[in-house]
Amino acid sequence: MKSKMTNREKTFWAVVIPVILLFFTFNTLPMLKGFLYSFTNYRGYGDYDYVGFRNYIDLFSDARVGKSYLFTFKYALAGTVLVNVLSLIMALGLNNHIRFKSALRGIYFVPNILGGLVIGYIFSFFFTYILPAVGNTFNIGWLQNSILASEKYAWIGVLIVGVWQAVAMNTIIYISGLQTVPEDVYEASSLDGATKWQEFWKVTLPLVVPFLTINLVLSTKNFLMVFDQIMSLTKGGPAQSTESISYLIYRNGMDGGQFGFQSANAVIFFFVIVAMSIFQMTVMNKKEEQL
Amino acid sequence: MKDEKRTNWVLTIVLILGTITVFFPLYMAFIIAFKQPSEMTNDVAGALAFPSRWSFDNFRQAMEVTDFWRSLGNSLLITVATIVLAIVIHSIAGYVIGRGMAQRKSFRLIYLYIVSGMFVPFSILMMPLVKQTAQMGLGNRLGVILLYVVFYMPMNVLLYTGYLKNIPIALEEAADIDGASTWTTFWKVIFPMMSPMHATVAILTALGTWNDVMTPLVIMSGTGINTLPLAQLNFQTQFGTNYNLAFASYILALIPILLFYIICQKQILNGVANGAVKG
Repeated sequence: MKSKMTNREKTFWAVVIPVILLFFTFNTLPMLKGFLYSFTNYRGYGDYDYVGFRNYIDLFSDARVGKSYLFTFKYALAGTVLVNVLSLIMALGLNNHIRFKSALRGIYFVPNILGGLVIGYIFSFFFTYILPAVGNTFNIGWLQNSILASEKYAWIGVLIVGVWQAVAMNTIIYISGLQTVPEDVYEASSLDGATKWQEFWKVTLPLVVPFLTINLVLSTKNFLMVFDQIMSLTKGGPAQSTESISYLIYRNGMDGGQFGFQSANAVIFFFVIVAMSIFQMTVMNKKEEQL
Repeated sequence: MKDEKRTNWVLTIVLILGTITVFFPLYMAFIIAFKQPSEMTNDVAGALAFPSRWSFDNFRQAMEVTDFWRSLGNSLLITVATIVLAIVIHSIAGYVIGRGMAQRKSFRLIYLYIVSGMFVPFSILMMPLVKQTAQMGLGNRLGVILLYVVFYMPMNVLLYTGYLKNIPIALEEAADIDGASTWTTFWKVIFPMMSPMHATVAILTALGTWNDVMTPLVIMSGTGINTLPLAQLNFQTQFGTNYNLAFASYILALIPILLFYIICQKQILNGVANGAVKG
């Protein structure tokens, strides 16, 4: 019996060690290298020196980096709020007593399975030609120019595409959340004379908080890491007004000769994502209610 | 009980009308893909009216220019290989780590180590990985597949170990008494019982890898090997102004995943919901 257990343990280690090695080689190791590069003036080629914390100090005074953080946070905040409000409404609708329920759920999920890049190209045409054409036909001034060409409003175009795709995903998660609420809870609340509005705020919402947590963490993370939509809609323009952090790291780190500097940017970005996720999870955990 | 409640027709109609937000962009892309550049006048009707003649010329030409079949083949190869490897490697890892955790603290640490990888954004790995894969001779499809297996490991291990809690350990002990090795027990007993989770893992991994641009873009740059999304990116830079051709190419790029979705819609929706709830 004893040797049997050690055999089982031997097998376990024989499996787990190669798995750890694989994970280390392609995840931990490049991350450590990224940390190292962030202390160098490496351009991506040629020689380099260690420069201490200079990249980190420069990051905070770099206007372009600051602008990309501002855009990314503005985008992530607006996106997360919009997506969660819209998808909760969608989920309430799609979980109601409606006909063609599964067909409708199926259709509303379609945006999520399509790739962000191609969807971006399609919407880019819509913003550049269709909307201004509508503006011209009905003489609506602010529509007559493409919003993607406007330094002030281009981010809204990117936001519409991001939200269009993300709502699909979060709706499905909210629907599975709503399905965990037992029917008799609603019966009890209607016996108590609660209005639909009260029922939503006092009964439904508190019970789906775990799903709200998942959705908040997921959508914040995805919006913070936005890349495909930027690539296809604006390429960070006009005048770097829609340059996301991921896009800037890619653009200047890979081709712009800022390998070391953008590595420092990536390190900071990594801590930002970890901090945001942990913050959201701890705040939301306190609000969870058990039936 | 359910039948007593009346159908909410107003809501049904609102929701049906709402599907326009989903269909309109696709309709637009579809219509433009069939048109000739001369039909693209500068008003709304010019872009959205039916083409004067339904012809597949744009599609034929787009297929040639983007080398459609080869890109499709590459995307299929990468996605299928990733799914197969993910199911095999991640389920074994999930099983071993999940069962090991119950007995040993070291496995608990290994679990935390791997799952915490979920927070690592690709941006921080990107630049060192490009160097590293090039040095290792992995700046190719194999490298992209390997990276996907690693990137999806945290999520999938989390899913598998979570699912394992529903499988009673008594089953393994019974097999153990019958003299089966750990290895046999896993393949004969545990692996088949994990099939609902295999479906979820396959779907989540497939959606992620099929549509991913960034990994193949940076890892395979300069090799001339395209995936379906990469082909669109290159096409856009070269021929982006011929919208009819471009949209034919976009539609072609969307068709495979749409077909897959139409066939496996139920499994996909279940898989996604399942993954989110367990994760």
